[in-house]
Amino acid sequence: MAASSAPAAPAAQAVALRSGRRWRLPFSPWHLVLIPATIVLIFPFAWLLITSVETPAEALHFPPILIPHQLDFGNYPQALQAAPFGRFFLNSAVVAVVTVLCNLLFCAMAGYAFARYRFLGSGLLFALIMTTLMVPFQVTMIPQYLITKWLGIHVVGAFGLNHIGALIVPNAATAFGIFFLRQFFRTLPIEYEEAARVDGASRLKVLWRIVLPLSAPALSTLAALTFIDSWNNFLWPLIAINQTSEMTVPLGLANFQGAHSTQWTLLMAGNVMSLIPMIIIFFAAQRYFIRSVAATGLAGT
Amino acid sequence: MRPREQAAAWAFLTPGVVIILLFGVAPVVWSAVLSLQRNNLFSPNTPFVGLANYRQMIHDPVIAQAIGHTLVYTALFVPGTMIVGLFLAVAMNRKIRFISVYRTAAYATMAISTISEALVFIWLFDPSYGIVNYLFHVAGIPQQQFLSSPSEALYVIVIMTIWGWTGFAVVVYLAALQGIPQVLTEAAAIDGASRWTVFRRITLPLLSPASLFLMVWLTINALQLFDEVYFSTAGGPLNSTTVLVYYLYEQAFGGANFNFGYASAIAYFLFLIIMVVTVIQFRVGRRLVHYRS
Repeated sequence: MAASSAPAAPAAQAVALRSGRRWRLPFSPWHLVLIPATIVLIFPFAWLLITSVETPAEALHFPPILIPHQLDFGNYPQALQAAPFGRFFLNSAVVAVVTVLCNLLFCAMAGYAFARYRFLGSGLLFALIMTTLMVPFQVTMIPQYLITKWLGIHVVGAFGLNHIGALIVPNAATAFGIFFLRQFFRTLPIEYEEAARVDGASRLKVLWRIVLPLSAPALSTLAALTFIDSWNNFLWPLIAINQTSEMTVPLGLANFQGAHSTQWTLLMAGNVMSLIPMIIIFFAAQRYFIRSVAATGLAGT
Repeated sequence: MRPREQAAAWAFLTPGVVIILLFGVAPVVWSAVLSLQRNNLFSPNTPFVGLANYRQMIHDPVIAQAIGHTLVYTALFVPGTMIVGLFLAVAMNRKIRFISVYRTAAYATMAISTISEALVFIWLFDPSYGIVNYLFHVAGIPQQQFLSSPSEALYVIVIMTIWGWTGFAVVVYLAALQGIPQVLTEAAAIDGASRWTVFRRITLPLLSPASLFLMVWLTINALQLFDEVYFSTAGGPLNSTTVLVYYLYEQAFGGANFNFGYASAIAYFLFLIIMVVTVIQFRVGRRLVHYRS
């Protein structure tokens, strides 16, 4: 994200000129707004971290202890013993990564077909897919549960209820992804593709060698958005998964809280462990995440 | 198109289209059928009962409450998030020291899942040991029950979700602010407009497309509020935080209800509300939004 310049600065000068030379702070007055705002934004994270290294007695102390006398990391192994956070993390990672890869592949293929082929019923099929964009998940949730149950019993066990496969298959392609990539592919100059076709390249090769490399920004945006959605999804895993070993991070954390509802130090240690992977991923790829979210906002405008 | 090309097109389409037909299109039809049936998982037959499920909603007092809570929540959460996001984005849209620290603090709220967020806020707002009540104590305000109080729980959920969405709103508004050409604000300032006038007359109108997007997007999400309610209050105390999606979930999967017929009717009702609200927002928005070029 490009650093912004200060649009208000000339206005400030104008004001200063009008009212004569005024006394000025040695720093931008905006700090006076931004520092308290940042404290409020950060405080929940900080308090979470502090509680996680306190003893239960310190956590329940009145007045609250802002700086623990000694760091007690014992809550972490204890939380790990109470619930398999490593397993939750692994499940979430597998679900998110496979969902992203499936989306990139399937949405790119379908988006390309809709962008470049004109065949009987293509317009109708595209319109049908687009209508699902408006439907809230709650409308499809119950049939999706029944279909997933049926898939697990009659088709592939690993895609059924109580398997992480059930969290991947229904989201392996999305109407949004197809729409998004189709729109992007249509902005690409068709001459490259035609030239490659004349040289005898297959459609698949054209997609793989020419279209996809040119679409890196769109693909990374779709990947980032799909990843966030998959990682934070709660309602569908809640319905589809009962077995602890197949739970993702949010579901595992909710389950853990149910079992240890007032052991705050333990809960916060568990919460920190569930947060850290996403925080690391988020800041490692911050540029992509921010750009993707900004892009959806600007696309909507 | 040649048959070979036809075949190639369908080969490209098949995986994605099959998934969307199976999990996107078919369920829309299926749940419409379910909403016309008396259907719970344990009854062997599922007779069609016409609009009985929809009629049941009219006489269900909890539905009326759930609609009320959903609308109150939405009416507070959406403007709240937009105002916080706009204020912070304007404050952060300048080159000053530590600006990346400030921005990062806002972005960080995007990395936290709804469940992690709710867990932290349950602790912050714990009636006996929470730090918020301690701050109230210091400020001389009487101790509150927060999530355990029927009159306060929904507002605590408003606060926690505004916090959770701050990063998103800031990113959208910052991107829009950076798209505003500086010449416009500079020209106005040279013409003698005060900073507030420049903001009201130039910046705010140029941000209106972003505001419309945020309003629609946040509203759709607010009407579907579930995670925080499920996790922090389970609809209580005394149904005071039962919102539509939570009630729907309870009917379908909570306890041993598996009341799929009734839950599907509620889902379609929710769908209707979302469509109506979104259409109204776009209609009104189109009149108020200034698109450049």
